[in-house]
Formats: sequence, structure tokens, C-alpha cells
Amino acid sequence: MEENRILEVKNLQLSFQLDVGTNHVIRDISFHLNKGETLAIVGESGSGKSVTTKAILGLIDDNGAVEEGSILFRLNKNGKEEIVDLLHSSKSFMQKNIRGSKIAIIFQDPMTSLDPTMTIGNQIMESMLEHKLVKSKKEAINRTRDLLNLVGIDHPDKRMKQYPHQLSGGMRQRIVIAIALACEPDLLIADEPTTALDVTIQSQILELIKDIQKKTGVAIIFITHDLGVVANVADRVAVMYAGKIVEEGLASEVYYDPRHPYTWGLLSSIPSLDGKEEEILSIPGSPPNLIHPPKGDAFAYRSNYALAIDFEEIPPMFKVSETHFVASWLLHPDAPKVEMPDVLKKRLKQYAHAKEV
Amino acid sequence: MSTNNVILEVKNLKQFFRIDRKTTTRAVDDVSFKIYEGETFSVVGESGSGKSTLGRTLIRIYDGVGGDVEFMGKKISGKIDKETKHFITTNMQMIFQDPMASLNPRKKVLDTVAFGLDVNKLVSNPVERKNKVIEVLKSVGLSEDHMNRFPHQFSGGQRQRIGVARALILKPKFIIADEIISALDVSIQAQVINLMKKLQRELGLTYLFIAHDLSMVRYISDRVAVMHLGHIVEMGTVDDVYNNPMHPYTKSLLSAIPHPDPDSEKTRKRFVYDMSTVIYNDSHMVELSETHSVLTTDKDFELWSNGDYSLSLK
Repeated sequence: MEENRILEVKNLQLSFQLDVGTNHVIRDISFHLNKGETLAIVGESGSGKSVTTKAILGLIDDNGAVEEGSILFRLNKNGKEEIVDLLHSSKSFMQKNIRGSKIAIIFQDPMTSLDPTMTIGNQIMESMLEHKLVKSKKEAINRTRDLLNLVGIDHPDKRMKQYPHQLSGGMRQRIVIAIALACEPDLLIADEPTTALDVTIQSQILELIKDIQKKTGVAIIFITHDLGVVANVADRVAVMYAGKIVEEGLASEVYYDPRHPYTWGLLSSIPSLDGKEEEILSIPGSPPNLIHPPKGDAFAYRSNYALAIDFEEIPPMFKVSETHFVASWLLHPDAPKVEMPDVLKKRLKQYAHAKEV
Repeated sequence: MSTNNVILEVKNLKQFFRIDRKTTTRAVDDVSFKIYEGETFSVVGESGSGKSTLGRTLIRIYDGVGGDVEFMGKKISGKIDKETKHFITTNMQMIFQDPMASLNPRKKVLDTVAFGLDVNKLVSNPVERKNKVIEVLKSVGLSEDHMNRFPHQFSGGQRQRIGVARALILKPKFIIADEIISALDVSIQAQVINLMKKLQRELGLTYLFIAHDLSMVRYISDRVAVMHLGHIVEMGTVDDVYNNPMHPYTKSLLSAIPHPDPDSEKTRKRFVYDMSTVIYNDSHMVELSETHSVLTTDKDFELWSNGDYSLSLK
């Protein structure tokens, strides 16, 4: 693994056994995460984005099986670095050394991820006491106070004694973030952390996550179904569809120079800034059933740009730049030249124009 | 859009919920507006603003505690007789947020969609019933085969189409759409919104669209009302509200909309609304133009007109 990387997922394949057959949820994905950066994984429900993070944390249900691949993580223990394969580590190793301490997660719904019968303070202190990061309860309380300040909660001493139901949705999500940060993790996974929140609260939480990264240098994987939300926080973006990564690149590359028809669809489903267009472009149909994954490019069946070969063979990752990769036959040198939809082209021009002004 | 015919007029509508002896939640507090035939009127606001309560009070899921509602020239608030009730249910329909929770899991699509026909005794035989359901399913982009399936056999977007079909079966004039896209993926949201627009064009429907997603609201609406803590704080055409917002709350909401544009997002300024200095109960609606009005006090109005938001925006 390269020196500046903290996580490397290689050729991961994962499936679940169901009564009706085998569900191939993750179909050979590879990506990496550099230290201190934010990677956004974007996709519809069922694309496999949440399962990927569960695999990283070793939280796959019993009917799930890893068929191939590895997840390498740079484990920093008391100043000594070693590289461990999270996929092939024991449950007790994950619990003792990884989960909660080195890799932490923020879930979507702050109400269901907090314990209603425990005070806020005890919930934040739980993991630092469990992982023996602090020597005494007093030290734990002091750290909790600092954490609450970090996530922007006033009167920390009063809040520590309160219960989740006494707080608003936005405050609860701040608490969940404080819990995730309690052990100073090296990697933070945020699984749709703002989907259950109002727009104004959403923008506050996004600012907070950015701010925390600046202060602590934690690397972040941000899972979402809305490309609009992560424009502000992502350094790099990976777009997932039907258990595969179809486009990956720097945020500027994916937002300003998207190449995959699915990314085009996702971007043009968001109404534009002026809201003047007659019709927003929607992606027709719905994602495929992965118990019988379609032959070839899974998106071809919903795409207006599909080529004959799309229905036959799975496209490889084509390289657009050193950092930008796209899995679509459209990028093959022999493919006919296809341009993105006009709506999107017009909008991208607008952004470029806004930049010049 | 014909701007002359008022289809729904709401005057000083109030809806309070008593929590205990001491506290009462004023969910909708003295709200007035008109909706014109064939337009889309949107109510936006955060959770707890009272926007859903407003919709539910209009369609008489709740009985309002005060104010008048006139629908197609008929008074539909206060005590109403059986005939008026029938008039409301056949002309006004509602689509709900969560398509899974609002469909009966044990009923086939056929029976769910036909329920309105059955209750109102509008069909005389099973063949007619079936044909009407097929017709409405086709209009929302589903097929005849879907009729005998159960809700769990559909994807989220398809389920919401069933919700739309159920609302359309009685051929209503007016539809209340309460957060109908917020439980759906972005790509599917666009499908449902385009469907709603198509149906409006074809059937001449009027929509009350309740939502918190401001970018979608801008795309679908003709006029918008911004609600906060039970009050409409600003109301106007889409251009009025999005291009010339006056109320600090509207400004803060607009500044929070995320854009899929990384470069501008990094430098964008966001406002946080500090409501401690703004008192709604002492405020009144001030008309800025024929279409645009804002809830304010005389003192605030002067400040805001001069672009001084130092007290209310951070």
C-alpha cells in the first residue's frame, strides 16, 4: 500500500444468501482513501454503498459471504504502523482494535442510533472507557466536555446529563458525531448523515464535518444518494451502480467533466440553479435485481446511450486522467462519439460562467 | 395557468394542539392565502413549521380550531353536512410522504386504488371498477399486470405512483402532495416530479405541494409560501421568493440549498437565522407587490428594506 494511503479496497466481491437465490451485492470494486481526505460514495438505494462500509467495519450479517478481495487498513498502534486486512481479521480483533477506536461510523438517523435510556455523557464516554483511552472517569468527563465543544454544543456540562429525547434532531446528530470522534479515529464513515435532517441543519452538519476534518485530520468516507449534498465536502467522488463503481475521480472531474451516462443522469436529476427548464431529466426505470445481475453493463438497460457491446460485456475501467476512471464502453477508442445531455451541458457552462464573473 | 379563478381560499386558519394544561402548540397560527385554478402552490418549511398540519387541516383530517376555508365556492371549514363531506372527498385528494407506510400491505394494488370508488359507490360492477383502475394505472406509468400485485413487490418510485393513482381515481380537481418525494432517491424523485407535471398538464389539476426541498419546489411551483413556526413568513411567485427574498428566514433557507458545484460551494456564504429578535405575533403581512408579501413589523420592515439584517442573520 502506498505511503499516503490509509485504506485500500481491492477487488471486493460480496454476496448474500437469500431464500430465493444469491444476491450479488458487491461485484468487484476497488478504491482507496488517502490520509486526511474525504471520499464520497454516491449511489441509489441497493447500489451497495452501505454494504461496502459494513464490510470495512466487519459488520456483514451471517448470511453474507466475501467471495474475493481484501480491505487493507493502515493500523497505527502506539506509534507503530502495520497494515492489516480487515476482511480476514477475527471478530475479536476487529472489536478490540478497529471498530469504534480506529474506524468510527455515523449513521443516518440520529434517533435510532442513540440509546434512549442513557444520558448523552455516558454514551460519549462509553467507548473511551471501553477502549481504555482514559485512566479515570474524571478524565473521561473532561474529554467529553472538549468533544461537545468541538461539535458545537453549548453548556456541555448540562447537556451531558440530558437524554436524547430532550434534544432536537440536529443536536442529536452532533452527539452521534461526538461519539464517533470519542476515540480519535483515523477513519470516519458517514452513512447518509444528513438525509434525515432539514436543509438548514444539513448545511450546519456538513460545515461541522468539514471543520472537524480540518482540526483532527481524520479521513472520511461519505455515503450519500444526492450528488448535490457532497459537492461542498468531497475531495474525490466514486459513483456506484448495481454493486460496481462506474465513475471515480476528483470532485472537480466528476462534477465538471462527468463521463458515465449514469453520472449524467444523477447530475441532471437535480433541478438547476435558475429552475427554469421545462423538464428535468430523470433516469428511467429502476435499479436491477442483483440476484440475477444483468449481462454486460448493468446500467445499459436504463441508458439512452447504450451500445450493442454494453449488453454483452462488462466494460473495464477506462482511464481519463491520472485520477479519473470511468467504466463505460463509450470511452473505448472505437466507440461512437457521444455527448452528455444538453440540459447538463448548459448547466455546466453556467457554472463555468459563474466562476469567471 | 389561469390567474382569475380562485379554487381555494384560506382565511385566518388556526390549528392548535393541546399538549397539557399549560402548553398548547400553535401548529398553524392565523394563516391566509389563495390558490388559483391550475397552478402549483407550494408550502416550504422545516420540520415543525406546521406545513403538513396545514395540508391535513384543509382536507379535514383534522378539524381546524378557527378560520374559514372556501373550496370551489363552498365553505368547507367548521361544521359541514354529509353532502359537503362527499364533495370534499371527491374533489380534493392527498398523496402522502412515505409510499410504504401509506399503502396497505395486505391489499392488492387493484383494491387499494379502487377504494375511493367503493366507498363513494361510484361503480356498479366489477368490470367497470377494473377498467377504471387500469385506466388510472396507465396514466401514472404503471401497467395492467401491476394490478394484482402487493405493495412490497414494487420499488419506492413505483409505490409512489400507486399513491398518485389512488388520489386520481376519483378525478379530483385539487391534490395535496405532502412531501411526496422526500423518501425517494434523487434519480427517482425526478421521475415522480415529471409525472406530476405531466398529469397537471393533461388533467388541469391544481396542486398544493408541501416540501422541504427548495430546489425541487422552485422547479415545480408557480407560487410559494414559506412557513415557520405556524406562520407564513413570506409568500410570492417563484421569482419573488427565490430572487428577491425579504424575510431573513427565507434568506437563511435559500442559502442552505446545496448545489452540485464544488467550486462555488467552497466559497458560498450561509446564513443562520437568529429568531430571538423577530416576534411573529406582533407582525403583520406587508405587501411588497401585487404578488409578493412578507410577515414583518414596521420597525423590521424598515431595516430589511435597507438591507440591514444584522440583528436576524448570522
